[in-house]
Amino acid sequence: MARKLLLEHAQVPGINTYEVYRKHGGYRSVEKALKTMSPDEVVDEVKKSGLRGRGGAGFPTGMKWSFLAKPEGVPRYLVCNADESEPGTFKDRYLMEKIPHLLVEGMITSSYALGANTSYIYIRGEYSWILFILEKAIAEAYANGWLGKNIQGSGYDLDLYVNIGGGAYICGEETALIESLEGKRGNPRIKPPFPAVKGLWQCPTVVNNVETIAAVVPIVNDGGEEYAKIGIGKSTGTKLISASGNINKPGVYEIEMNISVEEFIYSDEWCGGIKNGKKLKACVPGGSSVPILPHFLVCKTANGDTRMMTYESLADGGFATGSMLGSGGFIVYDEDQCIVRNTWNFARFYAHESCGQCSPCREGTGWMEKVLHRLEHGGGKMSDIDLLVDVAKKIEGNTICPLGDAAAWPVSAAIRHFREEFEWHVNDPKAAMERNYGLVNEKVNA
Amino acid sequence: MPKVTIDGQTIEVAEGTTILNAARQIGGELVPPAMCYYSTLKGSGGKCRTCLVRVTKGSEKDPRPMPKLVASCQTMVMDGMEVASKSDPSVVDARAAVTEFLLINHPLDCPICDQAGECHLQDLAFEHGKSNTRYEFERRTFEKIDIGPYIKLHMTRCIMCFRCVFTAQQLCPERVHGIIHRGDHAEISTFIEKSIDSEFSGNVIDVCPVGALTDRTFRFKSRVWFLNPMDAHRDCPTCSGKAVVWMYGGEIYRVTARKDKYGEVHDFICNTCRFHTKEKGSWTIEGPRDLDRHSVISQNHYEHGEKTVR
Ligand SMILES: Cc1cc2nc3c(=O)[nH]c(=O)nc-3n(C[C@H](O)[C@H](O)[C@H](O)COP(=O)(O)O)c2cc1C
Ligand code: SF4
Ligand code: SF4
Ligand code: FES
Repeated sequence: MARKLLLEHAQVPGINTYEVYRKHGGYRSVEKALKTMSPDEVVDEVKKSGLRGRGGAGFPTGMKWSFLAKPEGVPRYLVCNADESEPGTFKDRYLMEKIPHLLVEGMITSSYALGANTSYIYIRGEYSWILFILEKAIAEAYANGWLGKNIQGSGYDLDLYVNIGGGAYICGEETALIESLEGKRGNPRIKPPFPAVKGLWQCPTVVNNVETIAAVVPIVNDGGEEYAKIGIGKSTGTKLISASGNINKPGVYEIEMNISVEEFIYSDEWCGGIKNGKKLKACVPGGSSVPILPHFLVCKTANGDTRMMTYESLADGGFATGSMLGSGGFIVYDEDQCIVRNTWNFARFYAHESCGQCSPCREGTGWMEKVLHRLEHGGGKMSDIDLLVDVAKKIEGNTICPLGDAAAWPVSAAIRHFREEFEWHVNDPKAAMERNYGLVNEKVNA
Repeated sequence: MPKVTIDGQTIEVAEGTTILNAARQIGGELVPPAMCYYSTLKGSGGKCRTCLVRVTKGSEKDPRPMPKLVASCQTMVMDGMEVASKSDPSVVDARAAVTEFLLINHPLDCPICDQAGECHLQDLAFEHGKSNTRYEFERRTFEKIDIGPYIKLHMTRCIMCFRCVFTAQQLCPERVHGIIHRGDHAEISTFIEKSIDSEFSGNVIDVCPVGALTDRTFRFKSRVWFLNPMDAHRDCPTCSGKAVVWMYGGEIYRVTARKDKYGEVHDFICNTCRFHTKEKGSWTIEGPRDLDRHSVISQNHYEHGEKTVR
């Protein structure tokens, strides 16, 4: 059995309550940090652990923490990004629902490390019921002296708030999140300045994903070096994977980052293979924004190496033949699935979620959605395929925030690997419609 | 003071100057087009992406080139920085791409638009646009809205530069004007069609680069290129009283603030000057205003060197 650092007790009855959580070793990391470690020592442990941000970009957390500006007399903030809205990603939800105290504990230990006396959890509007779960856990933590003034007699004060968003994917982008937290429209800010210098209320701020903050708990408990022993290379520790699509056992899995993609898809410990004995067609390994991989590049890299569930191995081959671990939203497609339809579906999401601030993303995402809609619904032209590639290329890299890239990548990757299927939609729209919708006798319309 | 080289021309500028402003100090062809940045509006810029440039050398200290094109209106110069503007084909391509994006949903109703002839989108399209479109879908449209008695909002023409939002934030005491919705269905709105109630609200018309915000007291009165713009001033208790009056014969058709060659107003004027002072006797006329434009319409009228008298 694989080692679990975050979800070990997730199935223990009552683990969402303080008593049970505490009995299973909860809040040890706070005790250890506050009583035996200086804030910088906690940061050092996180650096040693090699932990990388679990929100998608994989930026080393210890390094991010050490970039936090510390001007005299200015408050600093830690903000937990619980906006989890990337299609295919639902791990933070599971963690917060099952073991809310793990996040609360991680927030306290991390806030101490950063010298923050006020911290926030920003949660997406659609997770409204989790708001109550978290607020209950926070109230229990206050009642037991883990939050508030002079925590456990250490002299350290911390207030922790949960803030609920209105339900916008863009508010997961860290600067949009900060704007939203300040009560403004969630438009990403122009960087620099980065949040580490000017974030919430123009004060130095660290924004971290739920899973990143939760991982600080085992890192402080067992030491950064222990954590770094798990995994391969710069992919250390365990990672939560949200597995969905045509697999026998969809769900949230905590893996050690040393297993192969093949094992993850086919082993009964994890996804349990493709459903109904079908064949694998493609896989999106890291949430909707990362490039899709065709079946022959899923389990092996272009060089024929075994593809591993790590940041490096999934990115092997760059965008030409690789993808990204991203947020760990692992979507599997069987032979019956339509890549054009899937690409349209993603494009529709990004067009809907673009904040509309910058021209390439605002106009380009809507344009791609319309062209893909037409292709998928039988009204496409051969020139549409290159048009899509061109529009995607013109969005990519030219926008304020990475949502533009996130919208462009899935479109260009799908066409790169599945151009024939797009062409088939143009050449034989009736057959394509029939496969996707079973509309044998319906008129094909544009 | 940092030295920066843009398209081969070097200039020394004050610390904290953006690439765009450094380019403007050099002047000429290398100046990137700017549809959203507005030097007198705090917080403006970064949005339209027409001002993209390539930084080929970061600085003397860190000579690495920047990986992506950057918005020149938001990027500060560093000592020893080298920048490619019009000289780099990838920059020109990116600007053309942004122009295309700005135009796909634009109604292209220039023949009936009051802004025609002084529209920055026309200028941009003239320089970077193509004569046909690859966009084959219905363009987005909105109902026209009257924002109070003086201002018409024709959202269909808006390019979402946010300038009017910053103007309202900066000049009007109560914030009633902003952006609602998101993505390509975002729109400028007063929070529920309220009028912007401020002595300086009329300035949103001047900062708007396109014909989305127009002067209701001037709508459809005349094409701007038939009018003679004259610098004029008056004693005004509210603003500087320095304006441009647009005349035909002996009559004042409209009043605007004075724009510099990049279309920017430095002295915002009040609504009394703009909407209620149209008698010639109320103004001291200084003389014709020199306009430096590069649009398709100015090609045969506002020629260089020639004053604007017809
Ligand atoms: C459009 C967009 C949406 C994002 N959504 C999320 C999100 O829902 N959750 C998250 O943790 N990070 C999200 N991110 C990444 C954050 O900007 C940020 O990098 C992350 O929260 C940093 O945390 P980490 O270092 O712990 O990964 C998003 C980024 C973009 C551009
Ligand atoms: S890239 Fe898209 S989401 Fe990001 S700031 Fe620009 S318009 Fe908004
Ligand atoms: S109405 Fe005009 S000034 Fe306001 S955002 Fe639109 S184009 Fe810009
Ligand atoms: S002028 Fe720089 S982005 Fe608009």
